[in-house]
Amino acid sequence: MEESLKINPEFVYHPGNPLPEKEGHVSCGRFERVLRAGDFAVTTELAPPDSADRTEVFHRASMFNQVVDAINATDGSGANCHMSSVVVCALLSHIGYSPILQISCRDKNRIAIQGDILGAAALGVGNVLALTGDDVSAGDQPEAKRVFDLDSISLLKTITKMRDESILLSGRKLTKPPKMFAGSTINPFVPPIDSRVIQLKKKIDAGAEFIQTQYCFDLPMMNEFMSQAVDMGLTERAFILPGVGTLASANTARWLKKNVPGVHIPDSIIKRLDGADDQQKEGRKICTEFMQQVKEIDGVSGVHIMAYKQEQHVAKMVKDSGVLGDRKPWAPKNEY
Amino acid sequence: MYRARQFASKHARGYEIAYNLSSPVILSTLKFIKRFTKSRLDIPFTWVEKLLKGFLFDCQMCGNCILSSTGMTCPMNCPKTLRNGPCGGVLENGNCEVNNEMRCVWVSAWEGSKKMKNNTAIQEIQFAIDHENRGKSAWIRLINS
Repeated sequence: MEESLKINPEFVYHPGNPLPEKEGHVSCGRFERVLRAGDFAVTTELAPPDSADRTEVFHRASMFNQVVDAINATDGSGANCHMSSVVVCALLSHIGYSPILQISCRDKNRIAIQGDILGAAALGVGNVLALTGDDVSAGDQPEAKRVFDLDSISLLKTITKMRDESILLSGRKLTKPPKMFAGSTINPFVPPIDSRVIQLKKKIDAGAEFIQTQYCFDLPMMNEFMSQAVDMGLTERAFILPGVGTLASANTARWLKKNVPGVHIPDSIIKRLDGADDQQKEGRKICTEFMQQVKEIDGVSGVHIMAYKQEQHVAKMVKDSGVLGDRKPWAPKNEY
Repeated sequence: MYRARQFASKHARGYEIAYNLSSPVILSTLKFIKRFTKSRLDIPFTWVEKLLKGFLFDCQMCGNCILSSTGMTCPMNCPKTLRNGPCGGVLENGNCEVNNEMRCVWVSAWEGSKKMKNNTAIQEIQFAIDHENRGKSAWIRLINS
């Protein structure tokens, strides 16, 4: 064969194999194992790069080595496009990480979404997070057409239908169903606050087996929500991971409060940041404290860390918080 | 109309009673007329439904009506056309994240449903709509089925 037509060895991976099937587990992924074993799980978010270079994905993921059990690959978060979340998950799972595929309903109709689920499962992705998604007007391309064919609950039903009945929505049979651990999100901090726990029940009825919440900066509200969830028996049916985040400064907190819908930051937190000498460090301290505090709440199974533009500090915050105890989550042996 | 829609949500119990009383009458009348006219008057029927429901509820004629499960609030007025709302982006004052001057459709829906006798209908899971029904009359579909 002509030299120039031979495959460049650099492009050939040795894909990591998902774990073998286990009784009582719907996926072959590590994240579900950790949760079902009763360990306190830590997850975080990886911002897909604005790049066609896959090594950037590996570099970003390597910052979380040995401190997280699963990594969310966001899907057009804030309605801004980045590298596709399906591809980011495929890249991560190929070297053994446990990625959580975030699917937003804003950009794709049900036909495209089913295709993505099958494709991701074929590449070893074992976890999926069903989101409705931010509106196009929130991002830098508000001129785009919004889709929203499905919403997060319809998406959960779609995933469980494909996985448990081995068929597509049209009724066409699947030769091999996607074995995915399905999850969704909940925001108990914005109206209608007293109905949010019933909405959580709806999501769990639709098939959510794990839930990541929006930023928790208000412990009393989180406590109230979790106690309602425990009373309704929801924590027996799904694993709830409250979300925590870093605030770079008091002004950032004020900006987030004003401009990002769904983020609730009490004035006491902003005051605390105002009074600090090093506001960024104080913001990380607040995040670490929340990690420890949510762990104490009855019914909580883990924590989800969203450290926007401070991903390099996640490892230290997790270690400082001590929420993992002696446990050391999996990480690939070689640095990428 | 927006104001009429807000009114409907505030008085969801009244609308529920009115609907329960009137809908069997409307449907059996339509069924009777259709025996003679077959499909010839479908377009005018659809027009009447569009005008009436459009005024009372801001009906968007999605053809998959679930008004009684959403506290008498048409969910197609939500910019994300959620069928199982609300989303996580509701503003702290209860308004919509996309259209800041408008009250969140699903905040109104959950409030309205609390006032109704059938206040658990909103807890049912609603699958995404069949877009082939867009623009078609929900009443005629009910008669035909």
